[in-house]
Amino acid sequence: MYEVIAFYIFSILTVGMFGIVVMSKNALYAMSALAGGMIFISGFFFILDAEFLGVVQIVVYSGAIMALYAFGMMFFDTTRDVSEKMRSKKIAYTLSIISAVLIVAILCMPLVSESIEASYPAMENVGNIQMVGLILFTKYLVPFELAAIMLLVAMISGIVLASKKMDEHLAIEEDECEMLKEGK
Amino acid sequence: MFETAVIVETVVKAVIVVSIVAAMAGFATFIERKVLAFMQRRLGPMHVGPYGLLQLAADGIKLFTKEDIIPQNAIKPIFMIAPVIAATSAFVAMAAVPYFPEFTLFGYTIHPIISDINVALLYVMGVASVGIYGPLLAGMSSANKWSLLGAARAVVQMLSFEVVSGLSILAPIMLIGSLSLIDINDYQSGGITQWLIWKQPLAFVLFAIAGFMETNRAPFDTVEFEAEVVAGYATEYSGMRWGLFFIGEYANMITISVLVSIIFMGGYAPLWFIPGAVMMLLKVSFWIFLFLWVRAAWPHVRPDQLMWVCWKVMMPLSVVNILITGFVLI
Repeated sequence: MYEVIAFYIFSILTVGMFGIVVMSKNALYAMSALAGGMIFISGFFFILDAEFLGVVQIVVYSGAIMALYAFGMMFFDTTRDVSEKMRSKKIAYTLSIISAVLIVAILCMPLVSESIEASYPAMENVGNIQMVGLILFTKYLVPFELAAIMLLVAMISGIVLASKKMDEHLAIEEDECEMLKEGK
Repeated sequence: MFETAVIVETVVKAVIVVSIVAAMAGFATFIERKVLAFMQRRLGPMHVGPYGLLQLAADGIKLFTKEDIIPQNAIKPIFMIAPVIAATSAFVAMAAVPYFPEFTLFGYTIHPIISDINVALLYVMGVASVGIYGPLLAGMSSANKWSLLGAARAVVQMLSFEVVSGLSILAPIMLIGSLSLIDINDYQSGGITQWLIWKQPLAFVLFAIAGFMETNRAPFDTVEFEAEVVAGYATEYSGMRWGLFFIGEYANMITISVLVSIIFMGGYAPLWFIPGAVMMLLKVSFWIFLFLWVRAAWPHVRPDQLMWVCWKVMMPLSVVNILITGFVLI
């Protein structure tokens, strides 16, 4: 019974939060609601006894949205509303409703046809982390390593993009400093 | 019926933890003023009550009755909720921390931990790091430039120390093979020579430094450093909302002290003739004292120095530590 109560509380909170993310015109409201929604989602993992995934949800998304805040801080005055250019409200609303219904339909299909079967059912007396580790390092080893390589590539390219011509920019500033010193 | 009993027990434990830690946080402010005063050859608060003890009550009354000012241009809901986030996340993190060894009261065995999940360590670290949203939201919603600078520093600090604290704690976890704080504690139950601090001295130092950054304590208090950004994120706050930030900060200090004691210093294992619970209290008190000692002894660092030390010194060191631990284990 308590699980049902918890589930409904978390689902109402999550849906409400993501509603604010979409509807609000203020960047600060949207980002805070996004962070809140992501943290409330971890509640579902805890209800399902998948504690590891729940904690990872909190850790990963709180850090990721923190980076989003940093961008928000740089690009917007977050205390003011963002003026949005929306040509036609009708098209936007119909498209979003259609896509929402489609996602719900896709996710409900296996439920209707009753063909859900866990290919790797949860094992007794094995911890959460051990189960995730077993699956990751046996069945999904190659995708796991590929994802790691992709992240490495992204990291290196990020560093290269950021540091390109960094020394030249600094040199220009030094030139300007010298010019200022000479009183030009 | 069993479910209801568990819920009631959990609620009672939660209320006890929150009330005791909140009271300890209040008391810690008094201790901080006294310790700092003695280290600077002053007396500290002396006038209110015996030895200045009632200063605590006076400060509390002042905080509770002060006017709660919300600036005109601030974003009101977020400005109001930010201190609540800082305080609650500090308390929620305590849900998975075992404080004492289990004991029997009226024939009923009590485990002094609210919820024994098997990823406790990760949970505590994750939720405690959510607490940095408090300063961030406060700074961004205050419509004040000092506050915004404080918020920017909070982001930078969080992104830097998270990496170090996560990587440094990985090596002890590899040794133990479990994320449960109770397992980590039991691993070191064989006396003082079994403490992980001897096996993982580097991880210990790195984790302690990251803990100072996480709690915004003195050498790394860039978020609210008076000489640079007025009061940082808390510039516009007054009254109880300001107080909530500080209850959160002290609660975080207590959590970090408990964590370091459990992971590296043998936790609540009894030592010689000292029972486990007293050992735990001694260790936590020592760490709180260390927080204050460092504040009195060391100057404050600039944000760029903090990032430099995080990314260029501490992160490589912790990666090397993991590598060496891995080789030793294999």
